[in-house]
Amino acid sequence: MWTFIHKLGSPPWFFRFSGTLVRWLLPITVILLLVGSIWGLLVAPPDFRQGNSYRIIYIHVPAAVVALAGYYVMAFAGAVSLIWRIKMADVTMRAAAPVGAVLTAIALVTGAIWGKPTWGTWWVWDARITSMLILLFLYLGVVALFEAYENKTAAARACAVLSLVGMVNIPIIYKSVDWWYSLHQPASIKFTGESAIDSSMLYPLLLMIVAFYCLFVVTLLLNMRAELVWSYRESGWLRQLVGDS
Amino acid sequence: MSSDRPLLSLRTVFLRQFLRHGRSIMTSPADVANPLLFFFMVITLFPLGLGPDPARLATLAPGILWVVALLASLMVSAKLFASDFEDGSLEQLALAPYPLAVTALAEVSAHWLATGFLLALVSPLFGLMLGLPEGGLLTLLVSLLLGTICLTIIGALGSALTVNIRRGGLLLSLLIIPLNVPVLIFGTTAVREAVLGGNPESWLALLGGLALGSLVVVPLAIGAALRVSLDS
Repeated sequence: MWTFIHKLGSPPWFFRFSGTLVRWLLPITVILLLVGSIWGLLVAPPDFRQGNSYRIIYIHVPAAVVALAGYYVMAFAGAVSLIWRIKMADVTMRAAAPVGAVLTAIALVTGAIWGKPTWGTWWVWDARITSMLILLFLYLGVVALFEAYENKTAAARACAVLSLVGMVNIPIIYKSVDWWYSLHQPASIKFTGESAIDSSMLYPLLLMIVAFYCLFVVTLLLNMRAELVWSYRESGWLRQLVGDS
Repeated sequence: MSSDRPLLSLRTVFLRQFLRHGRSIMTSPADVANPLLFFFMVITLFPLGLGPDPARLATLAPGILWVVALLASLMVSAKLFASDFEDGSLEQLALAPYPLAVTALAEVSAHWLATGFLLALVSPLFGLMLGLPEGGLLTLLVSLLLGTICLTIIGALGSALTVNIRRGGLLLSLLIIPLNVPVLIFGTTAVREAVLGGNPESWLALLGGLALGSLVVVPLAIGAALRVSLDS
């Protein structure tokens, strides 16, 4: 177990290991995404109140769930990088930030598209939407801070500090936005139509969430591999590995 | 490492650093006056932009005052560690056998006294100008006193992260604004609650909790961020 974790910290070993992992995980992700989308978009019954427009939740909800989890992946990698100064943790954090930002943006955009026919407006300052928007800002802050530093080792440590502070702050932000919203809007208006989701709709949704987690891991790994290729482009082990395959 | 002088106690270090920074602020009174002037001028813009209707201004006043205070603190925090970084005294502090978190906290405290504290003290005046009902003035003062502690210390973190980056100002706002959201919400809600005749104590307590919590935790992050900036 421990040797496995130690090995993960070595760039050449990780490069080889992630190559094998991606080769298996990529087809699985594609199959899960295909099955989930077909099930959700074609097979699952239409909602009795929203008709077919509700089907966007099969993209919206998984994106939002994984976007949140992605921040914790990033912050955890940041903590590892700060404490043990492991190069691969830097790479993980660096690779997770843009993926998380894109997922957050997807969740916001699909939410807006769904909101137009359902609520009659593209945007409301609803508590959850607002906190997703702030999450997007937090991600963009990490990406921008990394790009601003010339020295990439220092950049990774600065981003680690920022993402850790952000992680401590996220629950506070969520709670405060929640209270802010409940003060402004009467509680009688409930935006989410369905109180309990039927299993015929729930199963494809769960499948899509799993698919999005796999997609996150695959994208993260590919991103990390690209990062490794760039930073070790001069070194022997990479030439050897790439020459092999 | 051998030293011919015994180590000072952390309290002495904190006090000396506080006084040193305080004196350097005193040498340029314009730096103290500018944020207040900024606050004043932006407050003036709102009646010009929104129209002078007193009733509408009064309802918007808590939000306006708090947002402008946030912007003013954002503007001044960009420069917090800049001069120390440029003249090398930050490097000396990092080499000194005292935790950077403590010395940084001393600087931040002196900075807060010269900016956030003064801004909170004069805020009731601007509240009156915007027609904020008198019941909200004291809450505005207290909420800004507590809130500017959070704003200043989070701003100091942003400043520590960006001090070695050219044109870090815009980046600073991107880093800091999301972290300041809870402070803004608690502060404006407290003032609005007081204006409506309710009891703002729970919101002020939340602000106080945030202020104390960030005083404990954020200096450590500031110390780490300063070391990163010095290494890069």
